[in-house]
Amino acid sequence: MKSGSLLALFITVATAAFIVVGTVWPIPPAAAIAGTRGPLLSASTSPQTVVENLLREIGNRNWVEAYSSLANRNEFSEFEFERDLTGGYPSLRTYATLDTFDLHPIHASADQAEIRANLQWSSVVGTFQDVRDLRVIKNSNGWQVAWPIVKEPRVPPQVIPVNYLRWDVIYRGPQDDWGSQDVEAPHVRIVDMHPIERGGGVVVLGEILNEDVVPAYVSVKASLLAKGGAAIATEDAFDKISHILLPKQVSPFRIDFHNVRLTQVDSIRMDPSSSLIAASADPVIVIQDQKLVSPPGFGLSAQLVNQSGQVVNITHVLATFYDSGNKLVWVAGKYADRALLPQTPVPISIPVPSDLSGKVSNYRVITSTYIQ
Amino acid sequence: MRSAFTFCLGLFLSSSSALAQAGYLQLPQTVSAGAAWSLPTHGAGQGVLYIVGPGQVLKRTFRLGDTLAFSPGELYNAGHYTAFLVSPSATESTDFDVTAATQPESISFLAKPSRLPVSLQNGISGVAYLFDTFQNLMMNPVEVSFQLFETGGAVQERTVTARNGVAWVRMNSASRAGIAQFRASAGKVTEKRVVQQVPGDPCSLRMTAHLAGRRIALETEPVRDCSGNPVPDGTVVTFTESYHDMETTVDVPIKRGVARIEMPANNGAVISVATGVVLGNTIKWEGGK
Repeated sequence: MKSGSLLALFITVATAAFIVVGTVWPIPPAAAIAGTRGPLLSASTSPQTVVENLLREIGNRNWVEAYSSLANRNEFSEFEFERDLTGGYPSLRTYATLDTFDLHPIHASADQAEIRANLQWSSVVGTFQDVRDLRVIKNSNGWQVAWPIVKEPRVPPQVIPVNYLRWDVIYRGPQDDWGSQDVEAPHVRIVDMHPIERGGGVVVLGEILNEDVVPAYVSVKASLLAKGGAAIATEDAFDKISHILLPKQVSPFRIDFHNVRLTQVDSIRMDPSSSLIAASADPVIVIQDQKLVSPPGFGLSAQLVNQSGQVVNITHVLATFYDSGNKLVWVAGKYADRALLPQTPVPISIPVPSDLSGKVSNYRVITSTYIQ
Repeated sequence: MRSAFTFCLGLFLSSSSALAQAGYLQLPQTVSAGAAWSLPTHGAGQGVLYIVGPGQVLKRTFRLGDTLAFSPGELYNAGHYTAFLVSPSATESTDFDVTAATQPESISFLAKPSRLPVSLQNGISGVAYLFDTFQNLMMNPVEVSFQLFETGGAVQERTVTARNGVAWVRMNSASRAGIAQFRASAGKVTEKRVVQQVPGDPCSLRMTAHLAGRRIALETEPVRDCSGNPVPDGTVVTFTESYHDMETTVDVPIKRGVARIEMPANNGAVISVATGVVLGNTIKWEGGK
C-alpha cells in the first residue's frame, strides 16, 4: 500500500516535471505544431538562425511572418510563396505538416551564405522530403533568406478532347429472387510471387494480373504457415499495391511481415480477392525519363506527365525491380507530393535499399491516381 | 414422471389406432397444394379436426356427419401431413400428402458464369429449379427447355426433364463476342439471364508511329483476339520507349478499338508495345524515316 502511494507520487511529480520542461524548452517541431512562436525564435544573428526561424514560421504556417522575413519579396507575392509550399491545387502537400528539418551549410562569406535545408513533411501516407538550397544575404536589415521560389507552370487555356471511358455496375438487389445471378467478380491471377528475408522479417513480393475485361478492385493477403500448417502471421499489401486494375493491367505487391524468419515458414497461403468497381480509364500518366540512380541514394528517378486535361491531385507510383533473370527483387512505392497539372512534368524519385543496387537490372513502373 | 408420460402416450396411440379402424376420418391419400378439397365425416356430435404439416397447422371445429370444405389456397405447403379428429368419444388420426401443383408457376434459374470468354466448350451452366404458385419444389418430371440466343441470331437449344424439381444443362460459349440471352422455359413460364461472352486475349498486337510536332504519336492497329473479336475498350496496352539508359512507359486503355499515345521523340529510341502477357512489334525511331 505504502509502495503504491510512493509510485503514484513519483508518477505525478515526474509528469509535472516533464510538462514544465516541455513548455519551457520545447523541441522546434513541437513548438511549430503547438503554434508557439515569438520568444522561441532565436535572434537573427547568423545565417543558420535566420533559416531556422524561417522554417519554424513555415512549420507554424505563419505565411505572413515567413514571407515578410524574406530578402527577395520583390520576386513573388505572399500568395505565390504559400502556393509553393502547400501546392496550388489540392495535393499531398496541402495536407502535410512540416515535421522536422535539418540544415547543411554549403558555403559562407561575410555577406552571403548558402544553406541546404532538408525539410521532412509528414502526411497520412508517410513522410516526404523537400530539399531547398537557400541563399542567405546580409543587408541593412541583417541576415535574410532569399527564398528559391518554385512557381507552378501555367498551362495555356485549351480544350483537350478525351473519350471518356468508364464502367458502372448494376448489382443484384434485395428484392431479387435467390436464383437471380449477380455479376461475376473480375478474374484476377497472381502471376509471380517470391518471398525474401529482409530486415529481420519476411517480405512477400509478387505481381497480380487482372485477366478480365472489366476493372477490378484487388487486394492480396498472405498467411505464413509453419510446418504443422498453423498460421504464423497474416498481412495484406496495404498501399504497396495498385488496388484498381484495368483489364490486362498488372500491379506489383509487397507484403511485409516483421519479426518472422524465413526458416520458420513452411509455406505461404496467398489470398487474392477482387470485386467489380465503377472505374474510369482516365487520366493517362506517362512516366518518362525513368532512370536508375547509382548509390549513394540508390533508386529510380522519373518524370510524371499527365496527358489528360484534368488536374490529378494524388499520384501513387509503384516500381517493380527485377534481377538479370527477371526475378522479383524489390517493390517500392512513392506518392507525388504535388498535383499533376495537364502536360506538366513532375519529378519523382523512388528510393531503393542500396544493398540491392548490384542486383537490380530491370524495372517496371505503374501509377494510380486520385482525383478530388 | 417419465413412466406416467409413457403411459399416457401409449393410451393415446392405442385409442387413435382403434378409432382409425372405425373409419370416422376418410382422407384422400394426396391433395394438390393450394387446391380446393372436401372431407366427408361420419358420426354424430361435435368434432375438432387438426391438420399438422410442414410449416402449417389448421384447426376446424365441425359437426360430425358434415362434409368439411377447404377453400383454394388453404393448404399450400407440399409435404407429409397428419390429421387428428377429436370427438367427444374418441380420437382418430391419419396421414396424407400434399403435393406440388402439376404446372410450374416460377423458375429459379441459375446461369453461371455471367461473363466468360468466347469459344469455351461447356463453359456455361444453367440450373433451373421449378416451383408452383406456393413456392413448392415440383417433384414430378417436367420438361424444361434451355435456349441460348447468341449475338448474330444463332440459338443453342436443349430440352431436359426435371427430376426432383431440378433440371440442368451445359452449353458452349459462341465464337462471337457479345451479350447472349439464356432462357429456361417450363410450361408457360420463362426466365431470362444475360451471359456476356467476351473476347479472349489479344492475338496479335501491332503499332505504328509518326511524328506529331516534337513528339512521337503511337497508335495500335485495331486489337483483336484470335477469333477476330475486337478486344474491349479499357484493356490496358503498355508502350515502352528505351533511349540510352532511360525508359519511358505508359499504360494506355484501348478506346474505340485502338490505343494511342504521344511519347518523347528521341532519335535512336526503341519503342515496344505489350498488353497482358502478349508482346507486340518493336519500332526503332529514326526521326520518322
